[in-house]
Amino acid sequence: MSTAAAHDDHHHHAPTGLKRWLFSTNHKDIGTLYLWFSFAMFLAGGLLAMVIRTELLEPGMQFVDPEFFNQMTTVHGLAMVFGAVMPGFVGLANWMIPLMIGAPDMALPRMNNWSFWILPFAFLILLSSVFMSAFGAGNPAAPNFGWTFYAPLSTEYGPASTDLFILSVHMMGISSIMGAINVIVTVFNLRAPGMTLMKMPLFVWTWLITAFLLIAVMPVLAGAVTMMLTDRHFGTSFFNAAGGGDPVLFQHVFWFFGHPEVYIMILPAFGIISAIIPTFARKPLFGYASMVYATASIALLSFVVWAHHMFTVGMPLAGTLFFMYMTMLISVPTGVKVFNWVATMWRGSMTFELPMKWAIAFVILFTCGGLSGLMLAITPVDFQYHDTYFVVAHFHYVLVSGAVFSMFAAAYYWLPKWSGVMPNKLLGELHFWSSLISVNLLFFPMHFVGLAGMPRRYADYALQFADYNFWISIGGFWFGLSQLLFLAVCVLCAMKKGEKAPARSWEGAEGLEWEVPSPAPFHTYDTPPVVK
Amino acid sequence: MQSTLFHRAAVGLTSLMISGMAVASDWTERSNENLRPGVTGVSQEVYDLHTTVLWIVTIIGLLVFGLILVSMIRHRRSKNPNPSTFHENVLLEVVWTVVPFVILIAMAVPATRVLIELDDSSKAELTVKVTGHRWKWEYEYLTYEDDNNIGVSYMSNLATPTEQINNPVLAGGLFPYGTAQDAVGSEFPEKDKNYNLEADKPLVLPSGQKVRFLITAADVIHSFWLPDLGGKKDAIPGFVNETWAIVPEGKEGTYYGQCAELCGKNHAFMPIEAEVVSQEEFKTWLAERKEEAAAAPDLTPFADLDEALELGEQTYAGACAVCHGNNGEGGVGVAFAGSDFATNEEHLDEHIDVLINGRAAMPAFGAQLSPREIAAVVTYERNAWGNDTGDLIQPQDVQDHE
Repeated sequence: MSTAAAHDDHHHHAPTGLKRWLFSTNHKDIGTLYLWFSFAMFLAGGLLAMVIRTELLEPGMQFVDPEFFNQMTTVHGLAMVFGAVMPGFVGLANWMIPLMIGAPDMALPRMNNWSFWILPFAFLILLSSVFMSAFGAGNPAAPNFGWTFYAPLSTEYGPASTDLFILSVHMMGISSIMGAINVIVTVFNLRAPGMTLMKMPLFVWTWLITAFLLIAVMPVLAGAVTMMLTDRHFGTSFFNAAGGGDPVLFQHVFWFFGHPEVYIMILPAFGIISAIIPTFARKPLFGYASMVYATASIALLSFVVWAHHMFTVGMPLAGTLFFMYMTMLISVPTGVKVFNWVATMWRGSMTFELPMKWAIAFVILFTCGGLSGLMLAITPVDFQYHDTYFVVAHFHYVLVSGAVFSMFAAAYYWLPKWSGVMPNKLLGELHFWSSLISVNLLFFPMHFVGLAGMPRRYADYALQFADYNFWISIGGFWFGLSQLLFLAVCVLCAMKKGEKAPARSWEGAEGLEWEVPSPAPFHTYDTPPVVK
Repeated sequence: MQSTLFHRAAVGLTSLMISGMAVASDWTERSNENLRPGVTGVSQEVYDLHTTVLWIVTIIGLLVFGLILVSMIRHRRSKNPNPSTFHENVLLEVVWTVVPFVILIAMAVPATRVLIELDDSSKAELTVKVTGHRWKWEYEYLTYEDDNNIGVSYMSNLATPTEQINNPVLAGGLFPYGTAQDAVGSEFPEKDKNYNLEADKPLVLPSGQKVRFLITAADVIHSFWLPDLGGKKDAIPGFVNETWAIVPEGKEGTYYGQCAELCGKNHAFMPIEAEVVSQEEFKTWLAERKEEAAAAPDLTPFADLDEALELGEQTYAGACAVCHGNNGEGGVGVAFAGSDFATNEEHLDEHIDVLINGRAAMPAFGAQLSPREIAAVVTYERNAWGNDTGDLIQPQDVQDHE
């Protein structure tokens, strides 16, 4: 590149208006787009959950048809997994990875733009079927087979909109793969001089490993939906027993994607928590190297535990035992992480600003979810737990009070860097306490009804479960409404209303991102920073 | 009386507080919070395993949370202004890798033992084939003791009436809707104690004998689950899964279960009701069913249209309404009211054929309904809801259908 070109490139005016966002190749703007998109999907998916909880407030069918209920559970799951959690973490990666490793931008900025702009269209296609359904077009109009879309419910018995669903999953997959390639190329090629791999912040490490997981498993998901498509329209019988196919094959293929996917949704959270706890404990992270190795072992193990989602399909004894042992083994590296965080806090000098509050809530509630996960690994007992609300409680503890809480922690932690103003304390405190109490009211009693025998994805239930379901629904409405407080916090920051943030916004914060001013200028690191 | 939301909420809170103290002493009592010990040897072992693991994870959790709490109190800036700087300790890291590993082995050993026991479904006295349909269960008795040719099978549907399920509004209390009576002008029926759990024809099993279940499905995946018998097994089209249970003598009674794998619209409405009886009673019951099955089908013609319509309406409500709507308006299945299919003479033969042999998502009813019932239902569908074709189909027509 000639000097003149480089000069032009670095000092042009920031584009304004719609063009700034539509044609953006700037990692910060694209990160912002991802984060707003993720939050919008979080609210949309939450709205669907409110429909579920309204119907389940009382036994009997009062508000919706069981068919519509199934569409709600399905699209709620899809919107949250593919719309809220995954893009949320990609947004954080976009914003923070270049800042953390001293890179001027992501390595492939145009692909970055594309991988974001695919997403709104993917979800427009998926959610359009819900609108059609809600306004009575077609019966049933939206996907109604659960987010796991097991064949043959989704193939021979799937509604016409299954094809919209397949198309939209393909688009989400393409977006994720491109995002992952971008992260890997950026981390391997654009680190500032002196930023060796083992000096990288853990958030970068966990994202690097996550990116490899994404590249490994998103094509498997694409394969699964393509096989569905050909089964539905081109006369193949991959999953149709009557044609010599195998419905259980679908589950193997799906969970070979699905289990690594679970870690895709939690590894970046580990990175966030590993950044926040040392900051507010004013003490270096305990066991940095073991954190890296634990993350890598979790990622590797995630490829050999998939069948623990399907213990009841009737696998041979040897297979069942193998998957049980491997699943139990995952708790060792996960435990190491939790112990490391506790040891980081130990004999530190802690203060409890908002990011720290969310981080500690994450450690405790994620551990609850991890421990119920260990219970689920014990196969003979899983025969009772499987497909009950106990499972629903488990994965909401790790996904909501785990992944989502970590994103709230990240947002409160880095909002000063993104916006230049500190997040509103009063609203933030209200948001935290309100969410903390309601999330437990919402998900803890699910353990009880699940153990007592309430199957999941039920539009109506036996009277025995009525009392707890009432409280679960109240918790649900409360948690849902609490998130509007976060919307207010974000809007205030976006409007630059609040206390001005210094470059090092938190007293104990370490890392390159705190060396640049707040808000971070449109272009950072024109010349690479010095890494000590 | 229909209880209000607040009333129920109060009861819920109280029962939550009491549940910690009261221990269910009677095996028929079902806990609202915890797994059930169940009635079989295996279900008891599973329950014990659950209890052990629950204690282990509770203790681990409390230890970790305790440490966090202590740290939050003692190592806050106001108490400990100068942070320590340690960030490594090899011994500690080895300990917290090895100790969990040992705990895991301690859990894996009993888990493996129970799993091996569960896997052995040999030497069963009774074999029942369980087939999941959308949205009912079919039980077929294959072998019992020395009898390898029983030939008894039947469908088991939800017994809870629709009026109990479809509450028009919330029952009152929290929202300003008034009572249900205000809203719909009449009291809607109170829900039975076993709401959504009762079936019209239960699965009948003998006590004290090993029962082997062969589990499969006719359409999509279902899951056969009787919690008191110790676990679930998926019912998968094209596969035959096995599981087994011995309900000890003295534990006769009715046990309820539900479908545990999403199977479509009425997933929540296909319960499993198992009636466990003494071996003597079971033998009598089975003999009666065999006799019924062996009898020639009743082909008495209907005297007039009304007689056929009466039986047709009943049969339609039990077998068809779930997909085709209470008023033939359609749903998962096609609509009949005013449709060409149900009114055009040309489709009459096809109509009978689809009922007997099924088509695409429509299951075959030839084995489930008698010729008389099929004739009645076709007659009903062609005459109800303004279809008034006047077609009267006789049982013999169905019997003769190729």
